[in-house]
Amino acid sequence: MKSKGFIVTLSIIGVIVLLGIILVVWGIGAYNNLVTLNESVNQSWSQVENQYQRRTDLIPNLVNTVKGYAEFERGVLTDVTEARSRVSQFNITPEVLNDPQAFQKFQQLQGELSSALSRLLVTVENYPILKANENFLQLQAQLEGTENRIAVERRNFNQTVQTYNTTIKRFPSSIFAGIFGFGVKQYFTSTPGSETPPKVEF
Amino acid sequence: MKILFCLIIPVSFLFSQPEVPVLKQWANDYTNTLNQSELQTLNYRLKTFEDSTTNQLVMLMISTLDGYPLEDFSYEVAKKNKIGTEEKDNGALLLIAKNDKKLRIEVGYGLEGVLPDALANSIIRNVIVPHFKRNEFYAGITAGVDAIISAIAGEYISDKDDPSGEDKSPFISTLIMIIFAILMFIFRGRRGKRGGLIYFGGLGGGRSGGFSSGFGGFSGGGGSFGGGGSSGSW
Repeated sequence: MKSKGFIVTLSIIGVIVLLGIILVVWGIGAYNNLVTLNESVNQSWSQVENQYQRRTDLIPNLVNTVKGYAEFERGVLTDVTEARSRVSQFNITPEVLNDPQAFQKFQQLQGELSSALSRLLVTVENYPILKANENFLQLQAQLEGTENRIAVERRNFNQTVQTYNTTIKRFPSSIFAGIFGFGVKQYFTSTPGSETPPKVEF
Repeated sequence: MKILFCLIIPVSFLFSQPEVPVLKQWANDYTNTLNQSELQTLNYRLKTFEDSTTNQLVMLMISTLDGYPLEDFSYEVAKKNKIGTEEKDNGALLLIAKNDKKLRIEVGYGLEGVLPDALANSIIRNVIVPHFKRNEFYAGITAGVDAIISAIAGEYISDKDDPSGEDKSPFISTLIMIIFAILMFIFRGRRGKRGGLIYFGGLGGGRSGGFSSGFGGFSGGGGSFGGGGSSGSW
């Protein structure tokens, strides 16, 4: 009788230990998966950032080329320069992704720069000499290329965030996400004017 | 999540997307503008370029995009066909939408350094478009392909004032290609008589496309793209 009770206690302990082990292994797997997803979100975010930075770097050259045309509207140029400096002043860290307000702000600033740039390119239409300037055409090609890259990277970023957000919201990985503090990340929404790259037809 | 779907769905409903083709050759013409021998010459040129440098340059001519954005379609074709090698991402696509009068050079990550947007744009404007405006599609494509190849090799520098330099190299390369093609033909013909079955068997791949089949088809190496390149119209 004594030994039977001992066996029962032992097997209960065994089952508990086994369940504990399963839970830990499961937890480790879920955690690692979340870390991987988090990293890929950060990585695609840095691609988005790079492309936006590339655009910011292009602007001084563009403004200087256009400035050469004395009669060119100053207001349009000032808008671009000011929008650019506002973008440069905004400090971006991966933390932006966890903060809806900061992310909204980032989107808004980049959107303002986009629309200032498209106004600039539309205004150029009135200056045939500038439009035929090889230097300007090259800058315009670079700008268009960058806008396209931004669009591509934004799309990739949104897809990565979608996978990440789905994972942290779904049961059972949502439990582990809660325990380890993985929060929902922000993604891009289309704002009028920022989605389509400024286009100038020849 | 719902917001994201709301974003994606309207775009895909707005324009019916043309089917993204799986490319079997380096030079692809879905408009029947180029004749068989032009297509083969072009194909051979691009295949040799890949064999000697591992860079994959692919040409695709379609009739219309049906209003679908050129940049999106081009990116999807490049991505689906995995143009370029996985290690170097050294792929490029020359896409022409004939009836829309639009074209684009899509550049893989690995070639963005040697073929920057401004250069791609210059090739489109100064090399290809002048031919296309005169409806000389083969000449335009050949000149464009040559310019892209020399750009990748570091030779093409955006220069509008020296058209003679541009004309020379396509002629020589075309000549070499023709000689090569003739030699291949003679060589294959002879071998075919002797031990045909074994020879053709060794080459593998379908032979449906006649002459070009002997080269084997194009297959992408896993290259990725980031939206680099340039678009133009004529």
